[in-house]
Amino acid sequence: MTLANFLIQLLNSVQYGLLLFMLAAGLTLIFGIMGVVNLAHGSFYMLGAYLAYTLAAQMGSLPLAILLGAVLAGLFGFVLERLLFRHFYHRDHLDQVLLTFGLIYVFEELRAVIWGNDVLGVQIPASLDWSIPLTDTLSYPVYRLFISAVCIGLALALYLLISKTRLGMKIRAGAFNRDMTESLGVNIELIHALVFGLGVGLAVVAGMVASPVSSVYPNMGSPVLIMCFVVVVIGGIGSVRGALIAALLVGLVDTFGKVLLPQVAGMLVYVLMAAVLLWRPEGLFKQ
Amino acid sequence: MSTGEVLLSARGLTKRFGGLVAAEDVSLDLWRGRIHAVIGPNGAGKSTLANLLSGDLPPTSGTVTLGGQDITGHAPHEISRRGLGRSYQKTNIFLPLTVEENVRLASQSRQLHRPWNPLHWVDAATRHVQVQARCERALELAGLQVRRSVVAGICSHGEQRQLEIAMTLATQPQVLLLDEPLAGMGVAEAERMVELLLRLKAEHAIMLVEHDMDAVFALADHLTVMVNGQVIASGMPEAIRNDAGVQSAYLGEEH
Amino acid sequence: MSAANSHLEVLPRSVQFLLATAIVGLALFPLVGSDYALQSLSRMMILAIFAMSLDLLQGVTGLVSLGHAAYFGLAGYALAFLSPVNDPAALWWTLPAAMALSGAAALIIGFFAVRTHGIYFIMVTMAFAQMLFYLFFDNKVLGGSDGIYVNIRPGSGFVDLENKVTLFYVCLASIVLVYAFLRRLLWSSFGRALVGIRINEHRMKAVGYSTFGYKLSAFTLAGVLAGLAGYLWGALNGFVNPELMGFHMSAHAIMMVILGGMGNFAGAAIGAFVFEGVLHWVKDLPQVGTVRLSDHWQLWMGLFIVAVVVLAPRGVLGLVGAILERLRTGRGESA
Repeated sequence: MTLANFLIQLLNSVQYGLLLFMLAAGLTLIFGIMGVVNLAHGSFYMLGAYLAYTLAAQMGSLPLAILLGAVLAGLFGFVLERLLFRHFYHRDHLDQVLLTFGLIYVFEELRAVIWGNDVLGVQIPASLDWSIPLTDTLSYPVYRLFISAVCIGLALALYLLISKTRLGMKIRAGAFNRDMTESLGVNIELIHALVFGLGVGLAVVAGMVASPVSSVYPNMGSPVLIMCFVVVVIGGIGSVRGALIAALLVGLVDTFGKVLLPQVAGMLVYVLMAAVLLWRPEGLFKQ
Repeated sequence: MSTGEVLLSARGLTKRFGGLVAAEDVSLDLWRGRIHAVIGPNGAGKSTLANLLSGDLPPTSGTVTLGGQDITGHAPHEISRRGLGRSYQKTNIFLPLTVEENVRLASQSRQLHRPWNPLHWVDAATRHVQVQARCERALELAGLQVRRSVVAGICSHGEQRQLEIAMTLATQPQVLLLDEPLAGMGVAEAERMVELLLRLKAEHAIMLVEHDMDAVFALADHLTVMVNGQVIASGMPEAIRNDAGVQSAYLGEEH
Repeated sequence: MSAANSHLEVLPRSVQFLLATAIVGLALFPLVGSDYALQSLSRMMILAIFAMSLDLLQGVTGLVSLGHAAYFGLAGYALAFLSPVNDPAALWWTLPAAMALSGAAALIIGFFAVRTHGIYFIMVTMAFAQMLFYLFFDNKVLGGSDGIYVNIRPGSGFVDLENKVTLFYVCLASIVLVYAFLRRLLWSSFGRALVGIRINEHRMKAVGYSTFGYKLSAFTLAGVLAGLAGYLWGALNGFVNPELMGFHMSAHAIMMVILGGMGNFAGAAIGAFVFEGVLHWVKDLPQVGTVRLSDHWQLWMGLFIVAVVVLAPRGVLGLVGAILERLRTGRGESA
């Protein structure tokens, strides 16, 4: 493998890993703080892609659409938590699995009604539609770098939010000891709604920013959801840091695996998961 | 003082959770025929000690020996099989099952070494003679024969504590670790429990974690006082009772 | 009424009577039923076996597996690969072989999965099942996304599964045998230990049980029984594809167990029949105005699932049990 090829694969790994992180971060936070497993999380990713299709067309600009989409997604998540998900917190996992599985059906149906069943495309913004040359024959698309940049930016923002702000402190306190936090006057229900909105927002933005590269099609959330689960298992539930490291690990193993060992590439990530489970049954950075 | 053998021995047990030291350098011996009581204020590390001995928590350092074998860091089920029985401060039974089913489950554990043995998939759980015998004996010791068919969840608190003991006895252990067996019991029930413990003493080595000072001084052959994870005194009950340091740290005005 | 019955382990007489009647009815059905009806019922019986195998994990042991379909589909593929192109496979050894393959997969996957708990277990079982799904989906050698045909149904001696009536009776015999075996297992020492693990695994360890071994044994046994169902499914439909191992199939199985009522196997069987029934009904809904309701069957199924979880968490048998309790205690004072 040449250096240029290696660089390309490395950049692809990081990009894939960062997208997975956006989804896994939300999933692990929602599970770590509120104790809810949400099988419909992949549907939010799908929603993002379809939203990008519609909003970008309406607004004529993908970046603007992403900004608007992020806000809408956050609101949607907030409302969804208030109306529906907060009733699931005390249910056992089995019920949560089924309820959110039912939701997948509902979301798929809504998607079919609003956007139909065709495969749709989203245009790369003109300003980002070029490539950086690496060698005489190879170049790397700038848009993919943009995707990574957006994800890194959001990851940093998330880190700052959780560790440096008062809100972040309340979130962490709420995860650690709900009753105590409540008795200190923190509105724990508001915190939960905000965290859920944040999780949904991250997933939707991931879907939006990736849409030009991934295309927009029915049931596109399922394969991403599985990978997301693998990332959360490897990283440890409740740990955002674990989700980041695990996501990058998964991105590397999957991308390089497909290039170096194509026959077994699909299985490699699961072998990785199995190996981690042998060593640490609760993930690398379990809280 | 009876001269039994040392059945369980702990040396230098320490447990740290990050910066928090839950137990520090705790050593003790449990002799057959003696009751060793561990007392101390809340948060002293008594339950941590019990967890370290039963395998529920692996020690940060130190060793535990049971019947001459090193069991440090072993899993709870292995330690149970080697002859240690543990009862819990917070009642830890099978609430939806009847009293008898609870005890039978505990009695049955010895028989089922290999869960993959298909013979165990098609036998009848209620018809094992040895299991049933062990179950009967445990029920009898705990005084629960009359209540055998009552669902554990609707038994009184005192009965549930008795069931706690019955399950501990059902595996016929040599060493008993009893975590506040008298907690929440009425006077009559507590008296009965004290009687039971005195009866069990001859055959077992017993470690008793308790707050009820009357019971402690009535039962204990040896006393260990813990405060903030450390052992501040260990010896004969009368000597401990009169120790000024212990009095100020824990007993206070109580006697 | 003293015996613990939170999962209706002791079936009420009325339910036992109904089950017996249903079996007799099924046994007589081929005398009057159409070929199509025979096929439908065979299908439901196979799914009932699949659901009962999951109930062993979910209802009895308390392990929520979101990847149980892996062992179902794997056995179907085993049949497809063991079937010669123009001849029937030999039932007498291919069936045990397929079940053994499913069991082996369950043993291996279970070895990793069972060391996890709670939500991890759910995610891990799902992930490993998806791994198998993609293994078959991505590889043309294994049939790829198109799947594989079983050209001629298996048979041995006078048991020829090409004959729809024979196939029906084989399914019926299988469901009765599996049910009887599992009921016996429920009250065996192994079964009681599994129930103990569900109720309080911590105490089970404290009294000397190596719960890992028990859970792994249950997981493997459940896989073997799912394999029986998968083999028969392949035989019935003459076709297998990766969807049989997929996430939707696993989730449907969980639904069936919940729908009927967990922990006693009868509920799982009932739930399978009801679920299939509802699925058929929803895909056959009429047209109202300009809207073809059946086109939106996914929505109706989704809402149905949500409704069951919210309104009838203990399923059909749970409702039956509650009604019987009311009748027994007269004024409806529930304990």
